[in-house]
Amino acid sequence: MEKLVVIGAGMASGRLLEHLINAAPDRFEVTLFNAEPRGNYNRIMLSPVLSGEKSYAEIVTHDDDWYQAHGVTCRFGERVAHIDRDRKVVVGARGEVPYDKLVIATGSDPFIVPCPGHDLDGVIAYRDLDDTNRMIDQAPGSRAVVIGGGLLGLEAAAGLRLRGMEVTVLHLAGHLMERQLDPAAGYLLRADLERRGITVMTQASTKCIRGDGSVEAVELEDGTLLPADLVVMAVGIRPAVALAKDAGLSVGRAIEVDAQMQTSDPHVFAVGECVEFAGQLFGLVAPLYDQAKVLAATLLGEDAAFAPKQLSTKLKVTGCDLFSAGDFTDAPGREDIVYRDPARGIYKRLVVEDDRLVGAVMYGDTADGNWFFGLIKDGTDVSDMRETLIFGPAYQGGAAADPMAAVAALPADAEICGCNGVCKGRIVEAIEGGATDLGAVRATTKASASCGTCTGLVEQVLAATLGDAFAVPAAQPVCGCTDLSHEDVRRLIKSQELKSQPAVWQELGWRTPNGCHVCRPALNFYLLADWPLEYRDDPQSRFVNERKHANIQKDGTFSVVPRMWGGVTTAAELRAIADAAEKYDVPTVKVTGGQRIDLLGVKGEDLPHIWADLNAAGLVSGHAYSKGLRTVKTCVGTDHCRFGTQDSTGLGIRLEKRLWGSWTPHKVKLAVSGCPRNCAEATCKDVGIVCVDSGFEIGVGGAAGMDVKEVERLAKVATEDEAVEWTVAFVQLYREHARYLDRPYKWLGKVGLDWVKDTLSDAAARTALVARFDLSQTVYQSDPWAELSTRDRARGFAPLADLTLEAAE
Amino acid sequence: MSWIDIGALDDIPERGARMVRTRAGCVALFRTGATEVFATSNTCAHKGGPLAEGIVHGRKVTCPLHNWVYSLETGEAQGADEGRIATYPVRIEDGRILIDGDAIGKRSAA
Repeated sequence: MEKLVVIGAGMASGRLLEHLINAAPDRFEVTLFNAEPRGNYNRIMLSPVLSGEKSYAEIVTHDDDWYQAHGVTCRFGERVAHIDRDRKVVVGARGEVPYDKLVIATGSDPFIVPCPGHDLDGVIAYRDLDDTNRMIDQAPGSRAVVIGGGLLGLEAAAGLRLRGMEVTVLHLAGHLMERQLDPAAGYLLRADLERRGITVMTQASTKCIRGDGSVEAVELEDGTLLPADLVVMAVGIRPAVALAKDAGLSVGRAIEVDAQMQTSDPHVFAVGECVEFAGQLFGLVAPLYDQAKVLAATLLGEDAAFAPKQLSTKLKVTGCDLFSAGDFTDAPGREDIVYRDPARGIYKRLVVEDDRLVGAVMYGDTADGNWFFGLIKDGTDVSDMRETLIFGPAYQGGAAADPMAAVAALPADAEICGCNGVCKGRIVEAIEGGATDLGAVRATTKASASCGTCTGLVEQVLAATLGDAFAVPAAQPVCGCTDLSHEDVRRLIKSQELKSQPAVWQELGWRTPNGCHVCRPALNFYLLADWPLEYRDDPQSRFVNERKHANIQKDGTFSVVPRMWGGVTTAAELRAIADAAEKYDVPTVKVTGGQRIDLLGVKGEDLPHIWADLNAAGLVSGHAYSKGLRTVKTCVGTDHCRFGTQDSTGLGIRLEKRLWGSWTPHKVKLAVSGCPRNCAEATCKDVGIVCVDSGFEIGVGGAAGMDVKEVERLAKVATEDEAVEWTVAFVQLYREHARYLDRPYKWLGKVGLDWVKDTLSDAAARTALVARFDLSQTVYQSDPWAELSTRDRARGFAPLADLTLEAAE
Repeated sequence: MSWIDIGALDDIPERGARMVRTRAGCVALFRTGATEVFATSNTCAHKGGPLAEGIVHGRKVTCPLHNWVYSLETGEAQGADEGRIATYPVRIEDGRILIDGDAIGKRSAA
């Protein structure tokens, strides 16, 4: 048998041995040296071990039994002192081993920044199991500083944070993972990490590590002092080449090999991170495995050649979803295709050069990563699918309908904007008169300036009239005060922790001193939804209905709707309503579609008084005016109905009592039907629950207004408690993510029901959403009628002065 | 000019408005800043919407009924809308709001 000696039991040499043993089990007598006192384990999976998601036993690739079964002599925990190529022996600490063929697989060493204090106790690298255990042993609550914001550093930081430590990441470049990500994706990654409680400092240069014997603090060049109990250096790796160099092998940046993995000595080979091939070094596992396969063939006397391939990267931090592949640096002749969905934290960027995809960066949704990676590797011509390329493989193939053709064919007198009665001809006229964008068309014709549903149509008229001169904007700005979209603003309010309207105006560069009637209500909602405890609701930023807690009518009077929980009332309540209607000369009393009674035509100054009267009878505001929970409509359920399967009335009342008073992006209407006959019309509500014998079917995204839509199934649950939990969690998710004035069905159309289902099917996420909703309710679930009908507050509803009396004197 | 005291500055919240009843009709008072108040007719030139119920932004107000926007300085409707509302002289003295009685009187005489 030939004598094969392998130095280093890492992932590359482990794979090499597997190939050799499979192909020719009796060909070699193998001796395996390893400086670490253990065999081969999956080093890539150290991060899950650090975070506690896996144990060491789970990541061992080859255990003692495996080596024994295959006749491998293991010399673990023994350093190799040198290689004597003349005598063809490897000299270990415990004796020599002769070889016919030698494989050097010494891998790499972590690079330690040689700053003062780098040798203090508590400064470690992140490279092997010992480092990992050192981090695991650190007490929760202690402070760690991770130097290096690349793949390894961030995985270490996330793991340490999960272990309950206070973690700060220092990174020299302007954004994280600058070799794999562009600044936009780096920003999203940073925001994600910060949400987990990790502090990230970029452009942070370490001056020294301070401490007396062991680490106490890290000092930056700018003088900042960061207290630390542990410092993890994760700034990079260096090929471990000392042995090869001493042995006189040809070494550049690493051990130079040819395509057969042979070094400058025909009996000595090298594989893995310690190798340099055609000027290139290798750190990711895929090329190392390729090398192992080639080397196995070489040793067996077969033909094989190693050829480096394109690489892709994924970060192994649970919940941070990023993917990068190929080359995405800016260069002449390269074009970008960018897709952003800030509300969902999604960013995708493709780089195209000569009709071929050369790079891809994705954050938040990396499902199509491998498909893009395939296009990069294969050099596929993407010119035919360029328009829809960024949407991934699901959108390729089949002819897309051309909406432009339909708009172009419309006659000049076709009505585009129903609210303001604007026809196509008027819009075209305005465009030809110089109104070349949506804002200008709105300003001159009012088309799409009311309900906005025709915005897309108006844009298409613009595109059809102007041709290539018109670019449909990627995202509509909130209003004329800013270029930012609703999604951008929501994201920035969260990530920059903007907690007041002036903070938003200032930090996001509003062009007006204090916004306008379009942005102010939206900002007010975003701020109170994201910072329920810190932000104070601003009545001056609310539409009159929400400021006056009543619906304004066309003659300037208001309507008053008391809440009737689940649509249930009593004789006493009806009597109080009747008395109030007579006392305040209410001209119209009407039953609403949401099972309430509407008193129409109340004078503004009478509002606090009629509220006080209704309050006295136990009635509270029905919020019939709010972008918030409106009504929960119910049928009589098992109480009376012979078909009822559950207590639909009881569940409706319970939901209404839980949800009332909450502000939402748009109004929210619920219904609970006691059986599939659906008398409460639950299937066209924002949330509609249909009771069945075996439980509760929760549907979401219904509508019966400008659009008519049937709900889609969110979940089916067995108990009433679960039905309440899912409903509250759904409403909170909607509050946190939807843009202002999007009903749930519109929001679902953007984020997709699947995403909502995925999010809510995680029990922990549901619990957290419910907790955040309840926190908000501690502030906002209070009856505005009771608050505003006090003598002091009621004055605000009366005229400031009445000069008709003075003039009469 | 005959200045009439109609109330305290702090009776109007910043970026808010209140209404004053006069024999000739309702006048809206807008507080656009810490120490800045404007007075105009309360009635929108479009369909009579109550302007004191609108959202005040910059030196403008948006009618709550159909989103007409008026300059509080000139009374002119902004953008594509054409129309004008009356404006009245108003000033602040020792935290009180004073309105010109003659201007309101003129209107009542008309």
